[in-house]
Amino acid sequence: MKLARDTWLIFQRQLLLMWRTPIWLIVGVVQPLFYLLLFAPLLRPVLAPGGSYAQAYRIYVPGLLTALVIMGGLFTGFSLLGELRAGIIERTRVTPVSRTALLLGRAMREVVALLVQAVIITLVALPFGLTVPFGLLLLAYLLLGLLALMASSVSFGLALMVRSDAALAPVLNTIAQPIALLSGVLLPLSLAPGWLRAVADWNPFYWAVEGIRALFAGHLGDASVWRSLVLVSALTVVAVLWSARLFTDRVR
Amino acid sequence: MIVTKGLRKSFRSRRSAPVDAVRGLDLTVEPGEIFGLLGPNGAGKTTTMRMLATLVRPDDGEVTLAGADLRTEPHEVRRRIGYVAQGGGTTDGASAREELVLQARFYGIGKAEAGRRAEQALAAFELTEFADRPCAGYSGGQRRRVDLALGVIHRPRLLILDEPTVGLDPQSRAQVWAEVRRLREEGMTVLLTTHYLDEADALCDRIAIVDHGELVAEGAPEQLKREISGDVVTLELAAADAEAAEKVLTGLDCVHRIEPREGDELRLYVTDGASAIPQLLHALAEAGLRPEQTRLQRPSLDDVFLARTGRTIS
Ligand SMILES: Nc1ncnc2c1ncn2[C@@H]1O[C@H](COP(=O)(O)OP(=O)(O)O)[C@@H](O)[C@H]1O
Ligand SMILES: [Mg+2]
Repeated sequence: MKLARDTWLIFQRQLLLMWRTPIWLIVGVVQPLFYLLLFAPLLRPVLAPGGSYAQAYRIYVPGLLTALVIMGGLFTGFSLLGELRAGIIERTRVTPVSRTALLLGRAMREVVALLVQAVIITLVALPFGLTVPFGLLLLAYLLLGLLALMASSVSFGLALMVRSDAALAPVLNTIAQPIALLSGVLLPLSLAPGWLRAVADWNPFYWAVEGIRALFAGHLGDASVWRSLVLVSALTVVAVLWSARLFTDRVR
Repeated sequence: MIVTKGLRKSFRSRRSAPVDAVRGLDLTVEPGEIFGLLGPNGAGKTTTMRMLATLVRPDDGEVTLAGADLRTEPHEVRRRIGYVAQGGGTTDGASAREELVLQARFYGIGKAEAGRRAEQALAAFELTEFADRPCAGYSGGQRRRVDLALGVIHRPRLLILDEPTVGLDPQSRAQVWAEVRRLREEGMTVLLTTHYLDEADALCDRIAIVDHGELVAEGAPEQLKREISGDVVTLELAAADAEAAEKVLTGLDCVHRIEPREGDELRLYVTDGASAIPQLLHALAEAGLRPEQTRLQRPSLDDVFLARTGRTIS
Protein backbone atom coordinates (compact mmCIF):
# COMPACT_ATOMS: atom_id res chain seq x y z
CA MET A 1 0.00 0.00 0.00
CA LYS A 2 2.69 2.42 1.08
CA LEU A 3 4.85 1.25 -1.80
CA ALA A 4 2.06 1.97 -4.28
CA ARG A 5 1.32 5.37 -2.76
CA ASP A 6 4.98 6.43 -2.65
CA THR A 7 5.61 5.15 -6.17
CA TRP A 8 2.65 7.20 -7.35
CA LEU A 9 4.00 10.32 -5.60
CA ILE A 10 7.42 9.97 -7.20
CA PHE A 11 5.94 9.04 -10.55
CA GLN A 12 3.69 12.12 -10.58
CA ARG A 13 6.57 14.41 -9.75
CA GLN A 14 8.80 12.83 -12.39
CA LEU A 15 6.08 13.10 -14.99
CA LEU A 16 5.52 16.76 -14.13
CA LEU A 17 9.22 17.53 -14.48
CA MET A 18 9.33 15.70 -17.80
CA TRP A 19 6.27 17.55 -19.02
CA ARG A 20 8.02 20.83 -18.30
CA THR A 21 11.02 19.94 -20.45
CA PRO A 22 9.39 18.46 -23.55
CA ILE A 23 12.69 18.31 -25.42
CA TRP A 24 12.87 14.56 -24.63
CA LEU A 25 9.72 14.01 -26.65
CA ILE A 26 11.06 15.86 -29.65
CA VAL A 27 14.39 14.05 -29.62
CA GLY A 28 12.82 10.74 -28.71
CA VAL A 29 10.35 10.85 -31.56
CA VAL A 30 12.26 12.63 -34.30
CA GLN A 31 15.17 10.22 -34.22
CA PRO A 32 13.10 7.04 -34.68
CA LEU A 33 11.02 8.85 -37.30
CA PHE A 34 14.14 9.35 -39.34
CA TYR A 35 14.82 5.66 -39.13
CA LEU A 36 11.25 4.94 -40.04
CA LEU A 37 11.03 7.26 -43.01
CA LEU A 38 14.55 7.03 -44.38
CA PHE A 39 15.72 3.53 -43.57
CA ALA A 40 12.63 1.53 -44.24
CA PRO A 41 12.47 2.31 -47.97
CA LEU A 42 16.11 1.30 -48.25
CA LEU A 43 15.51 -1.92 -46.43
CA ARG A 44 12.28 -2.93 -48.08
CA PRO A 45 13.92 -5.03 -50.76
CA VAL A 46 15.83 -6.92 -48.05
CA LEU A 47 13.11 -7.22 -45.43
CA ALA A 48 10.30 -8.12 -47.75
CA PRO A 49 11.73 -9.02 -51.13
CA GLY A 50 9.16 -8.23 -53.76
CA GLY A 51 6.73 -7.37 -50.98
CA SER A 52 4.90 -4.24 -49.97
CA TYR A 53 5.82 -1.46 -47.55
CA ALA A 54 3.26 -2.90 -45.17
CA GLN A 55 5.15 -6.18 -45.02
CA ALA A 56 8.48 -4.41 -44.55
CA TYR A 57 7.11 -2.25 -41.75
CA ARG A 58 5.67 -5.27 -40.00
CA ILE A 59 9.23 -6.52 -39.59
CA TYR A 60 10.97 -3.19 -39.26
CA VAL A 61 8.69 -1.35 -36.79
CA PRO A 62 8.83 -4.00 -34.02
CA GLY A 63 12.62 -3.92 -34.19
CA LEU A 64 12.68 -0.15 -34.15
CA LEU A 65 10.35 0.01 -31.12
CA THR A 66 12.36 -2.60 -29.24
CA ALA A 67 15.59 -0.73 -29.93
CA LEU A 68 13.90 2.47 -28.79
CA VAL A 69 12.75 1.14 -25.42
CA ILE A 70 15.95 -0.74 -24.66
CA MET A 71 18.27 2.12 -25.61
CA GLY A 72 16.04 4.78 -24.11
CA GLY A 73 15.66 2.78 -20.92
CA LEU A 74 19.35 1.98 -20.65
CA PHE A 75 20.43 5.59 -20.94
CA THR A 76 18.00 6.94 -18.36
CA GLY A 77 20.56 6.36 -15.60
CA PHE A 78 22.12 9.71 -16.41
CA SER A 79 19.05 11.50 -15.09
CA LEU A 80 19.52 9.72 -11.76
CA LEU A 81 23.15 10.85 -11.60
CA GLY A 82 21.93 14.42 -12.01
CA GLU A 83 19.48 13.99 -9.15
CA LEU A 84 22.17 12.42 -6.97
CA ARG A 85 24.46 15.37 -7.60
CA ALA A 86 21.73 17.85 -6.77
CA GLY A 87 21.15 16.13 -3.41
CA ILE A 88 17.55 15.32 -4.28
CA ILE A 89 17.94 11.60 -3.67
CA GLU A 90 19.65 12.21 -0.37
CA ARG A 91 16.90 14.57 0.71
CA THR A 92 14.20 12.02 -0.05
CA ARG A 93 16.22 9.29 1.63
CA VAL A 94 16.03 10.89 5.06
CA THR A 95 12.24 10.79 4.81
CA PRO A 96 10.34 7.54 5.49
CA VAL A 97 9.53 7.20 1.77
CA SER A 98 9.82 3.65 0.42
CA ARG A 99 13.24 3.04 -1.16
CA THR A 100 11.76 0.78 -3.81
CA ALA A 101 9.34 3.57 -4.72
CA LEU A 102 12.31 5.83 -5.46
CA LEU A 103 13.24 3.36 -8.19
CA LEU A 104 9.79 2.35 -9.40
CA GLY A 105 8.42 5.91 -9.65
CA ARG A 106 11.34 6.89 -11.85
CA ALA A 107 11.30 3.72 -13.92
CA MET A 108 7.57 4.11 -14.53
CA ARG A 109 8.13 7.63 -15.84
CA GLU A 110 10.59 6.18 -18.31
CA VAL A 111 8.13 3.46 -19.30
CA VAL A 112 5.43 6.06 -19.98
CA ALA A 113 7.79 8.30 -21.94
CA LEU A 114 8.99 5.42 -24.10
CA LEU A 115 5.51 4.07 -24.71
CA VAL A 116 4.33 7.53 -25.80
CA GLN A 117 7.15 7.56 -28.33
CA ALA A 118 6.28 4.03 -29.41
CA VAL A 119 2.65 4.98 -29.98
CA ILE A 120 3.63 8.02 -32.04
CA ILE A 121 5.92 5.92 -34.22
CA THR A 122 3.22 3.30 -34.72
CA LEU A 123 0.74 5.99 -35.71
CA VAL A 124 3.16 7.44 -38.23
CA ALA A 125 3.69 4.01 -39.78
CA LEU A 126 -0.04 3.47 -40.27
CA PRO A 127 -0.35 5.60 -43.44
CA PHE A 128 2.33 3.39 -45.00
CA GLY A 129 0.03 0.45 -44.70
CA LEU A 130 1.10 -1.01 -41.38
CA THR A 131 -1.86 -2.93 -39.99
CA VAL A 132 -1.97 -4.59 -36.60
CA PRO A 133 -5.01 -6.00 -34.80
CA PHE A 134 -5.69 -3.66 -31.88
CA GLY A 135 -5.64 -6.30 -29.15
CA LEU A 136 -2.34 -7.70 -30.34
CA LEU A 137 -0.90 -4.21 -30.53
CA LEU A 138 -1.77 -3.70 -26.85
CA LEU A 139 -0.01 -6.97 -26.03
CA ALA A 140 3.02 -5.75 -27.98
CA TYR A 141 2.99 -2.50 -25.96
CA LEU A 142 2.86 -4.56 -22.77
CA LEU A 143 6.02 -6.36 -23.87
CA LEU A 144 7.65 -3.06 -24.77
CA GLY A 145 6.61 -1.58 -21.43
CA LEU A 146 8.20 -4.50 -19.58
CA LEU A 147 11.38 -4.11 -21.64
CA ALA A 148 11.48 -0.40 -20.81
CA LEU A 149 10.98 -1.15 -17.10
CA MET A 150 13.75 -3.72 -17.19
CA ALA A 151 16.19 -1.55 -19.12
CA SER A 152 15.64 1.52 -16.95
CA SER A 153 15.92 -0.51 -13.73
CA VAL A 154 19.22 -1.93 -14.93
CA SER A 155 20.36 1.55 -15.89
CA PHE A 156 19.48 3.06 -12.49
CA GLY A 157 21.24 0.18 -10.80
CA LEU A 158 24.38 0.70 -12.88
CA ALA A 159 24.24 4.45 -12.23
CA LEU A 160 24.20 3.76 -8.49
CA MET A 161 27.16 1.43 -8.84
CA VAL A 162 29.45 3.60 -10.96
CA ARG A 163 28.19 7.00 -9.85
CA SER A 164 29.81 9.13 -12.52
CA ASP A 165 28.83 10.22 -16.00
CA ALA A 166 32.30 9.43 -17.28
CA ALA A 167 32.07 5.83 -16.12
CA LEU A 168 28.42 5.20 -16.91
CA ALA A 169 28.65 6.06 -20.61
CA PRO A 170 31.16 3.36 -21.61
CA VAL A 171 29.46 0.77 -19.39
CA LEU A 172 26.12 1.38 -21.05
CA ASN A 173 27.56 1.41 -24.53
CA THR A 174 29.27 -1.89 -23.88
CA ILE A 175 25.98 -3.42 -22.83
CA ALA A 176 23.75 -1.74 -25.39
CA GLN A 177 25.70 -2.45 -28.56
CA PRO A 178 25.74 -6.26 -28.53
CA ILE A 179 22.15 -6.37 -27.28
CA ALA A 180 20.98 -4.28 -30.19
CA LEU A 181 23.06 -6.13 -32.76
CA LEU A 182 22.27 -9.60 -31.53
CA SER A 183 18.56 -9.10 -31.11
CA GLY A 184 18.17 -8.39 -34.77
CA VAL A 185 16.23 -5.30 -33.80
CA LEU A 186 16.76 -3.54 -37.05
CA LEU A 187 17.24 -6.47 -39.40
CA PRO A 188 15.82 -9.92 -38.81
CA LEU A 189 18.46 -12.45 -37.90
CA SER A 190 17.18 -14.74 -40.59
CA LEU A 191 19.54 -12.70 -42.76
CA ALA A 192 22.44 -13.55 -40.47
CA PRO A 193 24.93 -16.41 -40.82
CA GLY A 194 24.21 -19.54 -38.83
CA TRP A 195 26.69 -18.96 -36.01
CA LEU A 196 25.27 -15.53 -35.31
CA ARG A 197 21.79 -16.97 -35.13
CA ALA A 198 23.03 -19.58 -32.68
CA VAL A 199 24.38 -16.85 -30.42
CA ALA A 200 21.17 -14.88 -30.71
CA ASP A 201 19.21 -17.91 -29.54
CA TRP A 202 20.62 -17.16 -26.11
CA ASN A 203 19.68 -13.49 -26.22
CA PRO A 204 16.39 -12.75 -24.46
CA PHE A 205 15.98 -9.58 -26.45
CA TYR A 206 16.02 -11.59 -29.62
CA TRP A 207 13.03 -13.49 -28.27
CA ALA A 208 11.34 -10.24 -27.36
CA VAL A 209 11.75 -8.86 -30.86
CA GLU A 210 10.53 -12.10 -32.40
CA GLY A 211 7.50 -12.05 -30.10
CA ILE A 212 6.61 -8.51 -31.04
CA ARG A 213 7.08 -9.30 -34.73
CA ALA A 214 4.70 -12.23 -34.39
CA LEU A 215 2.16 -9.95 -32.72
CA PHE A 216 2.49 -7.32 -35.44
CA ALA A 217 2.02 -10.05 -38.00
CA GLY A 218 -1.17 -11.13 -36.25
CA HIS A 219 0.14 -14.52 -35.07
CA LEU A 220 -1.08 -14.58 -31.49
CA GLY A 221 -0.63 -18.33 -31.33
CA ASP A 222 3.04 -18.20 -32.31
CA ALA A 223 5.28 -19.83 -29.69
CA SER A 224 7.54 -16.79 -29.67
CA VAL A 225 4.68 -14.71 -28.19
CA TRP A 226 4.19 -16.59 -24.93
CA ARG A 227 7.85 -17.41 -24.74
CA SER A 228 8.84 -13.76 -24.96
CA LEU A 229 6.17 -12.72 -22.45
CA VAL A 230 7.37 -15.26 -19.89
CA LEU A 231 11.03 -14.51 -20.48
CA VAL A 232 10.72 -10.73 -20.44
CA SER A 233 8.45 -10.77 -17.37
CA ALA A 234 10.91 -12.92 -15.46
CA LEU A 235 13.88 -10.81 -16.45
CA THR A 236 12.04 -7.62 -15.55
CA VAL A 237 11.28 -8.95 -12.08
CA VAL A 238 14.94 -9.84 -11.60
CA ALA A 239 16.12 -6.44 -12.86
CA VAL A 240 13.70 -4.53 -10.63
CA LEU A 241 14.60 -6.58 -7.55
CA TRP A 242 18.32 -6.12 -8.19
CA SER A 243 17.99 -2.38 -8.67
CA ALA A 244 15.62 -1.97 -5.72
CA ARG A 245 18.19 -3.64 -3.53
CA LEU A 246 20.82 -1.19 -4.67
CA PHE A 247 18.44 1.66 -3.92
CA THR A 248 18.03 0.34 -0.37
CA ASP A 249 21.70 -0.34 0.25
CA ARG A 250 23.67 2.05 -1.82
CA VAL A 251 21.83 5.29 -2.11
CA ARG A 252 23.98 7.41 0.11
CA MET B 1 17.59 14.41 22.53
CA ILE B 2 20.76 12.94 21.03
CA VAL B 3 23.06 10.54 22.80
CA THR B 4 25.96 8.97 20.95
CA LYS B 5 28.39 6.55 22.55
CA GLY B 6 31.54 5.49 20.77
CA LEU B 7 30.25 6.52 17.34
CA ARG B 8 32.74 5.35 14.75
CA LYS B 9 33.09 5.31 10.99
CA SER B 10 35.96 4.65 8.67
CA PHE B 11 35.80 4.68 4.89
CA ARG B 12 37.62 1.89 3.15
CA SER B 13 38.54 1.97 -0.48
CA ARG B 14 40.55 -0.36 -2.63
CA ARG B 15 42.94 2.31 -3.80
CA SER B 16 43.96 4.07 -0.61
CA ALA B 17 44.37 3.48 3.09
CA PRO B 18 41.16 3.57 5.16
CA VAL B 19 40.09 7.00 6.39
CA ASP B 20 39.02 7.07 10.02
CA ALA B 21 36.47 9.85 9.61
CA VAL B 22 34.88 9.53 13.05
CA ARG B 23 36.69 7.81 15.91
CA GLY B 24 34.58 7.10 18.92
CA LEU B 25 32.47 10.19 19.39
CA ASP B 26 30.48 10.63 22.62
CA LEU B 27 27.97 13.46 22.38
CA THR B 28 24.92 14.45 24.38
CA VAL B 29 22.50 17.06 23.09
CA GLU B 30 19.80 18.17 25.52
CA PRO B 31 16.22 18.88 24.43
CA GLY B 32 15.63 22.47 23.38
CA GLU B 33 19.21 23.51 22.85
CA ILE B 34 21.11 24.69 19.81
CA PHE B 35 24.18 22.51 19.70
CA GLY B 36 27.08 23.36 17.40
CA LEU B 37 29.52 20.80 16.06
CA LEU B 38 32.65 22.71 15.09
CA GLY B 39 35.90 21.71 13.55
CA PRO B 40 38.17 22.20 10.54
CA ASN B 41 37.49 20.72 7.12
CA GLY B 42 37.71 16.95 7.15
CA ALA B 43 37.15 16.73 10.90
CA GLY B 44 34.28 14.31 10.39
CA LYS B 45 31.35 16.67 10.98
CA THR B 46 29.44 15.77 7.82
CA THR B 47 30.07 12.06 8.34
CA THR B 48 28.70 12.35 11.87
CA MET B 49 25.60 14.20 10.65
CA ARG B 50 25.02 11.68 7.88
CA MET B 51 25.24 8.81 10.32
CA LEU B 52 22.69 10.48 12.59
CA ALA B 53 20.44 11.09 9.58
CA THR B 54 20.45 7.35 8.71
CA LEU B 55 22.36 7.98 5.47
CA VAL B 56 25.59 6.26 6.51
CA ARG B 57 25.73 3.14 8.65
CA PRO B 58 28.07 3.59 11.62
CA ASP B 59 30.79 0.98 12.04
CA ASP B 60 30.28 1.02 15.76
CA GLY B 61 28.57 2.89 18.57
CA GLU B 62 25.21 3.38 20.23
CA VAL B 63 23.02 6.25 19.09
CA THR B 64 19.63 7.38 20.34
CA LEU B 65 17.85 10.22 18.55
CA ALA B 66 14.63 11.69 19.89
CA GLY B 67 14.07 8.47 21.79
CA ALA B 68 14.61 6.14 18.84
CA ASP B 69 17.54 3.81 18.41
CA LEU B 70 19.48 4.54 15.24
CA ARG B 71 20.44 0.97 14.52
CA THR B 72 17.25 -0.89 15.32
CA GLU B 73 14.65 1.78 14.40
CA PRO B 74 16.00 3.86 11.52
CA HIS B 75 12.42 4.33 10.25
CA GLU B 76 11.35 5.85 13.52
CA VAL B 77 14.45 8.08 13.51
CA ARG B 78 13.51 9.34 10.04
CA ARG B 79 10.03 10.29 11.23
CA ARG B 80 11.32 12.15 14.25
CA ILE B 81 14.22 14.15 12.83
CA GLY B 82 14.70 16.67 10.06
CA TYR B 83 17.97 16.85 8.16
CA VAL B 84 19.28 19.50 5.79
CA ALA B 85 22.42 18.45 3.94
CA GLN B 86 25.43 20.65 3.32
CA GLY B 87 24.48 21.20 -0.32
CA GLY B 88 20.71 21.22 0.10
CA GLY B 89 18.55 19.29 -2.34
CA THR B 90 15.93 21.25 -4.24
CA THR B 91 14.71 20.24 -7.68
CA ASP B 92 15.52 22.86 -10.30
CA GLY B 93 12.35 22.26 -12.29
CA ALA B 94 9.91 22.33 -9.36
CA SER B 95 8.68 25.28 -7.33
CA ALA B 96 9.15 25.73 -3.60
CA ARG B 97 5.47 25.01 -3.02
CA GLU B 98 5.58 21.78 -5.05
CA GLU B 99 8.69 20.66 -3.20
CA LEU B 100 7.14 21.36 0.18
CA VAL B 101 3.91 19.54 -0.65
CA LEU B 102 5.77 16.50 -1.96
CA GLN B 103 8.10 16.46 1.03
CA ALA B 104 5.11 16.51 3.39
CA ARG B 105 3.49 13.69 1.40
CA PHE B 106 6.67 11.63 1.83
CA TYR B 107 5.97 11.72 5.56
CA GLY B 108 2.56 10.19 4.99
CA ILE B 109 0.67 13.48 5.29
CA GLY B 110 -2.54 13.72 3.25
CA LYS B 111 -2.93 15.97 0.25
CA ALA B 112 -5.03 18.72 1.83
CA GLU B 113 -2.96 18.89 4.99
CA ALA B 114 0.25 18.90 2.93
CA GLY B 115 -1.05 21.92 1.03
CA ARG B 116 -1.85 23.73 4.28
CA ARG B 117 1.55 22.95 5.73
CA ALA B 118 3.31 24.14 2.60
CA GLU B 119 1.37 27.38 2.76
CA GLN B 120 2.32 27.91 6.40
CA ALA B 121 5.97 27.07 5.72
CA LEU B 122 6.08 29.47 2.78
CA ALA B 123 4.82 32.27 5.01
CA ALA B 124 7.06 31.38 7.96
CA PHE B 125 10.23 31.26 5.86
CA GLU B 126 9.26 34.30 3.77
CA LEU B 127 9.09 32.35 0.54
CA THR B 128 5.59 33.35 -0.56
CA GLU B 129 6.77 35.93 -3.07
CA PHE B 130 8.43 33.37 -5.34
CA ALA B 131 6.70 30.22 -4.09
CA ASP B 132 5.40 29.22 -7.51
CA ARG B 133 8.51 29.89 -9.56
CA PRO B 134 10.95 27.05 -10.29
CA CYS B 135 13.74 26.67 -7.73
CA ALA B 136 16.37 27.00 -10.48
CA GLY B 137 15.90 30.77 -10.38
CA TYR B 138 16.30 31.23 -6.63
CA SER B 139 19.24 33.00 -5.04
CA GLY B 140 21.52 31.08 -2.67
CA GLY B 141 19.79 32.51 0.37
CA GLN B 142 16.31 31.77 -0.96
CA ARG B 143 17.29 28.20 -1.79
CA ARG B 144 18.68 27.76 1.69
CA ARG B 145 15.41 28.90 3.24
CA VAL B 146 13.55 26.39 1.06
CA ASP B 147 15.96 23.69 2.28
CA LEU B 148 15.22 24.65 5.88
CA ALA B 149 11.47 24.70 5.27
CA LEU B 150 11.72 21.23 3.67
CA GLY B 151 13.66 19.95 6.67
CA VAL B 152 10.94 20.90 9.16
CA ILE B 153 7.75 20.37 7.12
CA HIS B 154 6.89 17.30 9.23
CA ARG B 155 7.52 19.25 12.46
CA PRO B 156 10.36 17.14 13.81
CA ARG B 157 11.53 17.49 17.38
CA LEU B 158 15.13 17.49 16.26
CA LEU B 159 16.64 19.34 13.31
CA ILE B 160 20.10 18.54 11.97
CA LEU B 161 21.74 21.21 9.82
CA ASP B 162 25.04 20.66 8.05
CA GLU B 163 26.77 23.95 7.28
CA PRO B 164 23.50 25.85 6.84
CA THR B 165 25.21 29.14 6.01
CA VAL B 166 28.18 28.07 3.94
CA GLY B 167 28.53 30.10 0.76
CA LEU B 168 25.91 32.68 1.72
CA ASP B 169 26.32 36.43 1.87
CA PRO B 170 26.33 37.96 5.38
CA GLN B 171 22.73 39.11 5.13
CA SER B 172 21.42 35.69 4.14
CA ARG B 173 23.54 34.16 6.85
CA ALA B 174 21.96 36.38 9.46
CA GLN B 175 18.55 35.44 8.08
CA VAL B 176 19.27 31.72 8.36
CA TRP B 177 20.44 32.13 11.95
CA ALA B 178 17.27 34.08 12.72
CA GLU B 179 15.23 31.15 11.37
CA VAL B 180 17.21 28.71 13.50
CA ARG B 181 16.51 30.79 16.60
CA ARG B 182 12.83 30.94 15.71
CA LEU B 183 12.67 27.16 15.33
CA ARG B 184 14.31 26.71 18.70
CA GLU B 185 11.78 29.07 20.24
CA GLU B 186 9.08 26.82 18.78
CA GLY B 187 10.58 24.02 20.83
CA MET B 188 12.88 22.33 18.35
CA THR B 189 16.29 20.99 19.25
CA VAL B 190 18.91 21.96 16.67
CA LEU B 191 22.22 20.29 15.94
CA LEU B 192 24.33 22.18 13.42
CA THR B 193 27.81 22.47 12.03
CA THR B 194 29.46 25.64 10.89
CA HIS B 195 32.77 27.13 9.98
CA TYR B 196 31.95 30.54 11.35
CA LEU B 197 33.07 30.31 14.95
CA ASP B 198 31.92 33.77 15.91
CA GLU B 199 28.43 32.94 14.70
CA ALA B 200 28.44 29.63 16.54
CA ASP B 201 29.54 31.51 19.63
CA ALA B 202 26.59 33.87 19.39
CA LEU B 203 24.00 31.23 18.46
CA CYS B 204 24.81 27.97 20.21
CA ASP B 205 23.93 27.04 23.76
CA ARG B 206 26.61 24.41 23.71
CA ILE B 207 29.26 23.34 21.26
CA ALA B 208 31.54 20.42 20.63
CA ILE B 209 34.83 20.84 18.84
CA VAL B 210 35.98 17.85 16.81
CA ASP B 211 39.30 17.32 15.12
CA HIS B 212 40.39 14.23 13.18
CA GLY B 213 37.14 12.55 14.14
CA GLU B 214 37.66 13.00 17.86
CA LEU B 215 36.09 15.25 20.44
CA VAL B 216 38.56 17.84 21.69
CA ALA B 217 36.22 20.07 23.70
CA GLU B 218 32.58 20.21 24.70
CA GLY B 219 30.57 22.74 26.67
CA ALA B 220 28.92 26.13 26.61
CA PRO B 221 30.95 28.64 24.57
CA GLU B 222 31.31 30.88 27.62
CA GLN B 223 32.56 28.04 29.75
CA LEU B 224 35.06 26.87 27.14
CA LYS B 225 36.39 30.36 26.71
CA ARG B 226 36.64 30.80 30.45
CA GLU B 227 38.67 27.61 30.69
CA ILE B 228 41.30 29.32 28.60
CA SER B 229 42.27 31.20 31.67
CA GLY B 230 42.51 34.92 31.33
CA ASP B 231 42.53 37.20 28.32
CA VAL B 232 44.18 37.58 24.96
CA VAL B 233 46.52 40.46 24.28
CA THR B 234 47.49 41.13 20.71
CA LEU B 235 50.64 43.12 20.10
CA GLU B 236 51.35 44.56 16.70
CA LEU B 237 55.06 45.18 16.38
CA ALA B 238 57.32 47.04 14.00
CA ALA B 239 58.66 44.95 11.18
CA ALA B 240 61.13 42.27 12.31
CA ASP B 241 60.71 43.03 16.00
CA ALA B 242 58.36 40.14 16.64
CA GLU B 243 61.03 37.56 17.26
CA ALA B 244 62.92 39.72 19.72
CA ALA B 245 59.69 40.58 21.51
CA GLU B 246 58.69 36.94 21.76
CA LYS B 247 61.98 36.16 23.47
CA VAL B 248 61.54 38.97 25.96
CA LEU B 249 57.95 38.10 26.83
CA THR B 250 58.36 34.34 27.12
CA GLY B 251 59.94 34.70 30.54
CA LEU B 252 57.10 36.67 32.13
CA ASP B 253 54.93 35.02 34.78
CA CYS B 254 51.67 36.46 33.57
CA VAL B 255 52.10 35.04 30.04
CA HIS B 256 50.83 31.47 29.53
CA ARG B 257 51.38 31.10 25.88
CA ILE B 258 52.55 33.07 22.88
CA GLU B 259 51.28 32.52 19.36
CA PRO B 260 53.10 34.41 16.62
CA ARG B 261 50.68 35.50 13.91
CA GLU B 262 51.49 36.72 10.45
CA GLY B 263 52.44 40.37 9.94
CA ASP B 264 54.61 40.73 13.07
CA GLU B 265 51.70 40.14 15.41
CA LEU B 266 51.94 38.32 18.70
CA ARG B 267 48.96 36.80 20.45
CA LEU B 268 49.56 36.41 24.16
CA TYR B 269 47.38 34.43 26.52
CA VAL B 270 47.63 36.16 29.90
CA THR B 271 46.04 35.70 33.34
CA ASP B 272 44.46 39.13 33.58
CA GLY B 273 44.68 41.61 30.76
CA ALA B 274 44.39 44.79 32.78
CA SER B 275 47.33 44.00 35.01
CA ALA B 276 49.35 42.23 32.33
CA ILE B 277 49.51 45.02 29.76
CA PRO B 278 51.64 47.41 31.87
CA GLN B 279 54.03 44.55 32.65
CA LEU B 280 54.28 43.59 29.01
CA LEU B 281 54.90 47.12 27.86
CA HIS B 282 57.49 47.62 30.59
CA ALA B 283 59.37 44.49 29.63
CA LEU B 284 59.33 45.45 26.00
CA ALA B 285 60.49 49.01 26.72
CA GLU B 286 63.46 47.70 28.69
CA ALA B 287 64.49 45.73 25.63
CA GLY B 288 64.04 48.83 23.49
CA LEU B 289 60.87 47.59 21.80
CA ARG B 290 57.59 49.37 21.43
CA PRO B 291 54.43 47.81 20.01
CA GLU B 292 52.61 49.89 17.43
CA GLN B 293 49.28 48.63 18.69
CA THR B 294 48.08 46.79 21.74
CA ARG B 295 44.67 45.13 21.85
CA LEU B 296 42.98 43.39 24.74
CA GLN B 297 40.34 40.76 23.94
CA ARG B 298 38.37 38.10 25.67
CA PRO B 299 39.32 34.73 24.20
CA SER B 300 37.22 33.59 21.24
CA LEU B 301 36.30 30.08 20.15
CA ASP B 302 39.25 30.34 17.78
CA ASP B 303 41.43 30.58 20.85
CA VAL B 304 39.70 27.59 22.40
CA PHE B 305 40.41 25.60 19.28
CA LEU B 306 44.00 26.78 19.18
CA ALA B 307 44.51 25.94 22.83
CA ARG B 308 43.05 22.44 22.44
CA THR B 309 44.64 21.44 19.15
CA GLY B 310 47.61 23.74 18.69
CA ARG B 311 46.21 24.82 15.31
CA THR B 312 43.89 27.49 14.03
CA ILE B 313 40.62 26.26 12.62
CA SER B 314 40.73 27.84 9.17
N1 LIG C 1 32.11 8.68 1.21
C1 LIG C 1 33.37 8.83 1.62
N2 LIG C 1 34.33 8.00 1.17
C2 LIG C 1 35.60 8.13 1.58
N3 LIG C 1 36.03 9.06 2.44
C3 LIG C 1 35.14 9.94 2.93
C4 LIG C 1 33.75 9.87 2.53
N4 LIG C 1 33.09 10.86 3.18
C5 LIG C 1 34.01 11.51 3.92
N5 LIG C 1 35.24 10.97 3.78
C6 LIG C 1 36.47 11.38 4.46
O1 LIG C 1 36.20 11.43 5.84
C7 LIG C 1 36.83 12.56 6.44
C8 LIG C 1 35.78 13.42 7.13
O2 LIG C 1 34.98 14.07 6.16
P1 LIG C 1 33.73 14.95 6.53
O3 LIG C 1 32.89 14.20 7.49
O4 LIG C 1 33.09 15.37 5.26
O5 LIG C 1 34.38 16.19 7.25
P2 LIG C 1 33.82 17.65 7.53
O6 LIG C 1 32.36 17.67 7.23
O7 LIG C 1 34.13 17.87 8.97
O8 LIG C 1 34.59 18.58 6.66
C9 LIG C 1 37.56 13.28 5.32
O9 LIG C 1 38.90 12.88 5.36
C10 LIG C 1 36.88 12.79 4.09
O10 LIG C 1 37.77 12.79 3.00
MG1 LIG D 1 31.25 18.95 5.97
